[in-house]
Amino acid sequence: MKAFSYVSAADVPAALRAISTEPNAKFIGGGTNLVDLMREEIERPDTIIDITRLPLSGIEELPGGGVRIGAMVRNSHLAADRLIRMRYPMLSQAVLTGASAQLRNMATVGGNLLQRTRCLYFYDGAAACNKREPGRGCDAIGGFTRNHAILGASGACVATHPSDMCVALAALDATVVAESVRGVRRIPMTEFHLLPGGTPDVETALAPDELITAVELPEIPVAATSAYRKVRDRASYAFALVSVAAALETSDGAVSAVRLALGGVAAKPWRAHLAEQVLLGAPATEESFQRAAAAELAPAVAQSQNAFKIELARRTIVATLRRLLTDGSAA
Amino acid sequence: MGRQPVVEVRMRVNGVMESLDLEPRVSLLDALRERLGLTGTKKGCNQGACGACTVLVDGERINSCLALAVQYDGREITTIEGLGDGERAHPLQSAFVRNDGFQCGYCTSGQICSAIGMLAEHGAGAPSAATEHLSADTIELSDAEIRERMSGNLCRCGAYNGIVGAIREVAAAVPGEIGRDVMEAAR
Repeated sequence: MKAFSYVSAADVPAALRAISTEPNAKFIGGGTNLVDLMREEIERPDTIIDITRLPLSGIEELPGGGVRIGAMVRNSHLAADRLIRMRYPMLSQAVLTGASAQLRNMATVGGNLLQRTRCLYFYDGAAACNKREPGRGCDAIGGFTRNHAILGASGACVATHPSDMCVALAALDATVVAESVRGVRRIPMTEFHLLPGGTPDVETALAPDELITAVELPEIPVAATSAYRKVRDRASYAFALVSVAAALETSDGAVSAVRLALGGVAAKPWRAHLAEQVLLGAPATEESFQRAAAAELAPAVAQSQNAFKIELARRTIVATLRRLLTDGSAA
Repeated sequence: MGRQPVVEVRMRVNGVMESLDLEPRVSLLDALRERLGLTGTKKGCNQGACGACTVLVDGERINSCLALAVQYDGREITTIEGLGDGERAHPLQSAFVRNDGFQCGYCTSGQICSAIGMLAEHGAGAPSAATEHLSADTIELSDAEIRERMSGNLCRCGAYNGIVGAIREVAAAVPGEIGRDVMEAAR
């Protein structure tokens, strides 16, 4: 690991001043991804600004009925929070399927949003990777692509975003609150992560000097009947091949409210708007679920080794909706 | 870039106040092993994938390999050396012996520290991915729950049945008690 200097920020203004004045600086939260990337020298900051002592560890109800989650809330505390478990069970479940208990005790909500891909070619300094070295090429294309994208990929990059939490946040219409010395900015979760296009090294809408201070969830009654289903190569402690965050409400046999997002399929948590459009107002039946899944996956393109993921995503969408219909709330 | 100035890091480790001058890039794991000589905590993968380096910070389990020691200034660290009282083993250590919870032993200190943290989490009502009803007030610690909650600790010898047996035995003997002492000592 390259040597660096260390600054601990006592409050948000101090953190924002430090990031705007220190050259080549990075914020560090739990460090579970950043320390690993620094050890591999994929990240090479000159200064680390520790933000774990910032007063951003609360989960509180908003006046309008939503919930505000501080950026320094650790993943384990988010998943165990009563309010989240009752109102947004898909979010608790998503967080609990990610990483291990030890990592969830370290990892923060803000840091989870900024996780980088686990594409092995990104990690392997000997491989070509446009995300690591823009313009160098992509050795993943035509390589081992079991864990790679089927939606929204480009000729420059086929990596996936690894987070489970973010899939639920995308389904729940969350907003990311970011601050810099220039002021506060609110970024819709579905616009926070970017598809690769020709610039896969640019992964989020966050400016280099912006600090995530909170994530806000709106009041979504349908979220009380929601679930997160993750399909992976082993039963626990593995990244998703495909995951589905879904919320479903029916009235007189028709879908009256629905939220759907996919994980493990793209460079961003994939909000399934096409499927939602098919479902809303349609009969709450297996046939509607099949049509919705087919609509969402119509533009899917397989890499050399992951054609199975298209079918797996289709089946997982249908199975998750079917279970919500028959069992009701996951809580 | 040249050598970075060292930072003073003060931590209470197994009840003893320690003061270390460390480069900011030194992990908590390396500080414990190389500077304090506490080699009971093991370095397995050094990338947060195996759990051999698990220690308790203020009673909560973390992977010390991905922790920069400087970030843990002022905290209470418990390692395998801090369990039991020197003469008598910790109940989980005895249960691991009785249940054949290890073969080579390399993952064991991480397994035991992790299990203590896990039992405290369960005692506090925290759910897991194996929990069927998130709204439940109490969650039965079934074998499926133990396995899911311990999935961050790998055992290459495959002693999982013995590990689950040891944890099940201790959890049943003193429900909700294990881990509480460590958490209370941290407060």
